[in-house]
Amino acid sequence: MLFLIIKRILLGFITLFIVSIITFVGTEVLPGDACTTYLERQAFGEQLEACYRRLGLNVPAYERYVSWALNAIQGDFGYSLSGEMPIKDVLGPRIKNSLVLASAAIFIGIPIALILGIITALWRDKLPDVAISTVTIFAMTIPEFISATLLILIIAIWLEWLPGIVIVPTDVSFLELLPNIILPVVAIAMIMTAHMARMVRSSVIQVMASEYVQMAILKGVPYWKMVFKHVLPNALLPAINVVALTIAWLLGGVVVTEVVFNYPGLGRLVIESISNRDLPTVQALAIILASIYVSINLLADLLTLMLNPRLKTLQIRK
Amino acid sequence: MTDIIQKVKNLSIGFRSKKGEEILILKNISTNIKKGETVGIVGESGSGKSTLALAMMGYVKHGLYTIEGECQFNSSNLLKMKSKDLEKIRGRKIAMIPQNAGQALTPNLKIGYQIDEALQLHSDLNEKEREKKISELLNKVRLPSPETIALRYPHELSGGQQQRVAVAMALAGTPDLLLLDEPTTGLDVTTQAHVLELLNFIAKDTGTSMVYVSHDLGAIAQVSDRIIVMYSGEIVLEGPSRDILKRPIHPYTHGLLKSIPKLSLAGLPESMPGSQPQPGTIQSGCSFFDRCNFSDENCKNNSPKLEFLKDLNTSVRCFNYEKLVNESQASQTVNKIKNKSQDKEILNLSEVSISYAKQKLLDQIFNRISDDNPTVKDININIKKGETIALVGESGSGKSTILKSIAGLLRTKDGLIRFDENRNLSSDLKERDPNDLRIIQLIFQNPDESLNPNHTVEEIIAQPLKLYFGLKGEELKKNIVDLLQKVRLGEFYTSRYPRQLSGGEKQRVAVARAFAAKPDIILCDEVTSALDVSVQAAVLNLLQQLKEDFGTTYIFVSHDLAVVRAISDRVAVLYQGRLCEVGPSNDVYKFPSHPYTEVLLGAVLEPDPDIKPKLVAEDIVEERPPEKGCSFQGRCSRIVGDICKKEIPPWQLTDSGNAIRCHIPIKELQKEQF
Repeated sequence: MLFLIIKRILLGFITLFIVSIITFVGTEVLPGDACTTYLERQAFGEQLEACYRRLGLNVPAYERYVSWALNAIQGDFGYSLSGEMPIKDVLGPRIKNSLVLASAAIFIGIPIALILGIITALWRDKLPDVAISTVTIFAMTIPEFISATLLILIIAIWLEWLPGIVIVPTDVSFLELLPNIILPVVAIAMIMTAHMARMVRSSVIQVMASEYVQMAILKGVPYWKMVFKHVLPNALLPAINVVALTIAWLLGGVVVTEVVFNYPGLGRLVIESISNRDLPTVQALAIILASIYVSINLLADLLTLMLNPRLKTLQIRK
Repeated sequence: MTDIIQKVKNLSIGFRSKKGEEILILKNISTNIKKGETVGIVGESGSGKSTLALAMMGYVKHGLYTIEGECQFNSSNLLKMKSKDLEKIRGRKIAMIPQNAGQALTPNLKIGYQIDEALQLHSDLNEKEREKKISELLNKVRLPSPETIALRYPHELSGGQQQRVAVAMALAGTPDLLLLDEPTTGLDVTTQAHVLELLNFIAKDTGTSMVYVSHDLGAIAQVSDRIIVMYSGEIVLEGPSRDILKRPIHPYTHGLLKSIPKLSLAGLPESMPGSQPQPGTIQSGCSFFDRCNFSDENCKNNSPKLEFLKDLNTSVRCFNYEKLVNESQASQTVNKIKNKSQDKEILNLSEVSISYAKQKLLDQIFNRISDDNPTVKDININIKKGETIALVGESGSGKSTILKSIAGLLRTKDGLIRFDENRNLSSDLKERDPNDLRIIQLIFQNPDESLNPNHTVEEIIAQPLKLYFGLKGEELKKNIVDLLQKVRLGEFYTSRYPRQLSGGEKQRVAVARAFAAKPDIILCDEVTSALDVSVQAAVLNLLQQLKEDFGTTYIFVSHDLAVVRAISDRVAVLYQGRLCEVGPSNDVYKFPSHPYTEVLLGAVLEPDPDIKPKLVAEDIVEERPPEKGCSFQGRCSRIVGDICKKEIPPWQLTDSGNAIRCHIPIKELQKEQF
């Protein structure tokens, strides 16, 4: 078991290493570089040379990669070009904001998704299922920029209950941020909950049709005991991986929603730094987002492994 | 009468088709189950036998509903009972032993808990007492070391052990009636015989009534006092077990018994034409009319009623049963197969070993396989042109593994596979040229999975014709129709999809696809085990006919020794990937034989209440072959000493040319086996 965990962690690092090379090479082969972008029309002669020297761009690419990677491991991603400040200072509040948004969506969305999914499965083809399923399919199909815009129109502009877009400094305190995040959270949670509820529904239905559930019924196990003991543990196991991917997707920046609501999270930072050709920040973001995906998937796999007795013995035997 | 425990009265269960028609799965079933008796319900898949058994617990599957009738238990109708009340009867008064215990045990719960759950629900024992009871129950179903086994998860047990757990779970509520739905189907022959013996013991020991549902007349014959034969949702024959098996007076049962291959009789059994009609397709007349050899005009237009014959104590649904009353079942006729093998060798396996072990990185890089104790080892067989050689053994004996290697689907570790005396076949599919691929074709066990559901029959058969012979247009069409006719399917099948065919028809399409490549060798992997008995005989006869027409060589893998007996010229018995015995099938089925062959032969269930299985060895499941010595040492009842554990036994030849790999001299072997 321990061996397996170590192996998976090592594989995770290898993945990150490959991602870092790809982003480094990617930014390298793009025409132009940080200095030409920064200096714009003055990008020639002495000034360009000086800029290269200042940013250390005059050494060969592989040397720059090594020194960048060494620094990055220690959390130092260098300087952002547009803000002229350390990237970690730029990232810090953004990560915090994205975390706030994601965790709010997770804490609201996942329980609702589970409950809706289970209800629709247990009352399959009956009124609760038909009603909820119609709503979830509806919520799934509306693109988030439309639902977000509609939310702004109704809640913020017509009813004037909440602010429509987030106009606060990036490093604002949590309490001040709170009223601002309600609409974005609702917009994200809607689509996420709908997806997950559908997934949970089909998973529960599949288990309900299994021979072991039929056996439990024939054994005389009361309905709700059967649901909690025999159905849910088996039906929700496959949900763990989906939940993990959803969390990673949330943390990785829900770009569209953040842009619509002008929310200062990681997603918007990605868009901003790409349009500003702020390559060091793009590199840092790519690495950070990749690490989020890798580590959350790793956690989910280990969790499934621990909860599923079948996989556990299988792995140990190997 | 008070000794009736369950009374089924005029029961009809069905579903509503998309057009709104009411389609019956069970048609007006009435029968009584008495206290302490074991009733066998036998029928092909789709005959409604499982639906009937489930109805006896008041359970009707999703999509089906009760149209009329009752299932009375203690004079209350289970089918109208509230689920609260049913919970008190299910598991406590009536318990179910499911077909596939592997799927019927909840995967995330330890088996001790699952038995405990039944005890909590249906007994007043406290925790200490329950713990003791669990051990008792596990002991009763003869599971080793009950305390540790209770802590395991279902997937950590073998198939036979899982089935025993299911039995223990059913016994936990000390029920008055046990319903068994194909409880031994899917188990190995030896395990099956052991489980049946256990069930017989439990029936005697506890006096429980049992309803035993199965398609397998062999198993039914071993356990039941009374047999109900179902066909197309109706009871067609009901009576004392012995009479039904010895003198079946319904044409269906008559034909069914004739189509079962017997160990004692070499050759292919007669087959019954056609297959069971789909529910809802019979409008008038007897449902067996199409397949019946005794039918007349009357049968076509009028449906026979179930008639009770007092002097035979039997109920029968047939107008013409009298024609059968005097006919004895002993007159089973078989088509003796002619051994058409030539002296020319077509395939030779020498020193073949195959490993499933996960290879270390270094070995993977150098593309080699290292394993001291491979799954399959030292296989030496030479196969003659035109013969049928069968590989038999329990699951895990390596028989399918060897087939895969011959087909090129699995790399061998060592050894050579030679075709036609001099051509080496690489064990890697990618290194075989198109002709190598063409000469060896496979027919799989389950045609549902081996035929692409999105292709029509025409497209399925066209593929090898296009691939190997480049046929197009009219010529392609003509070839397809020819092949379909060879497997006795008409031209109109070309546009059908696999889901529109019955099991037997699907397997015929698979056979046609294999023959389309004009192969020299066809590998048959359990080709009849997914089919109903009456269809099985027809497919076996077809395979034999095609072989005689084309001179093809068959390598036939099966766990069913009676089927192997019927079709093969030569048999190779395998245990744990090692050969035990090879010889002409007539001799392998005669003693003396390898102790493992003896175990296998002893465990075969014949549809005859007078032939009881002989249980020679324990049904232990071994995880891997032993490192040293004889492969069968772990289960052999005739071990002669340390030599069996240390040395690989030598090949010994019997007078008839049968090779046996055992340390016991042939003469000695013979002594105890008579």
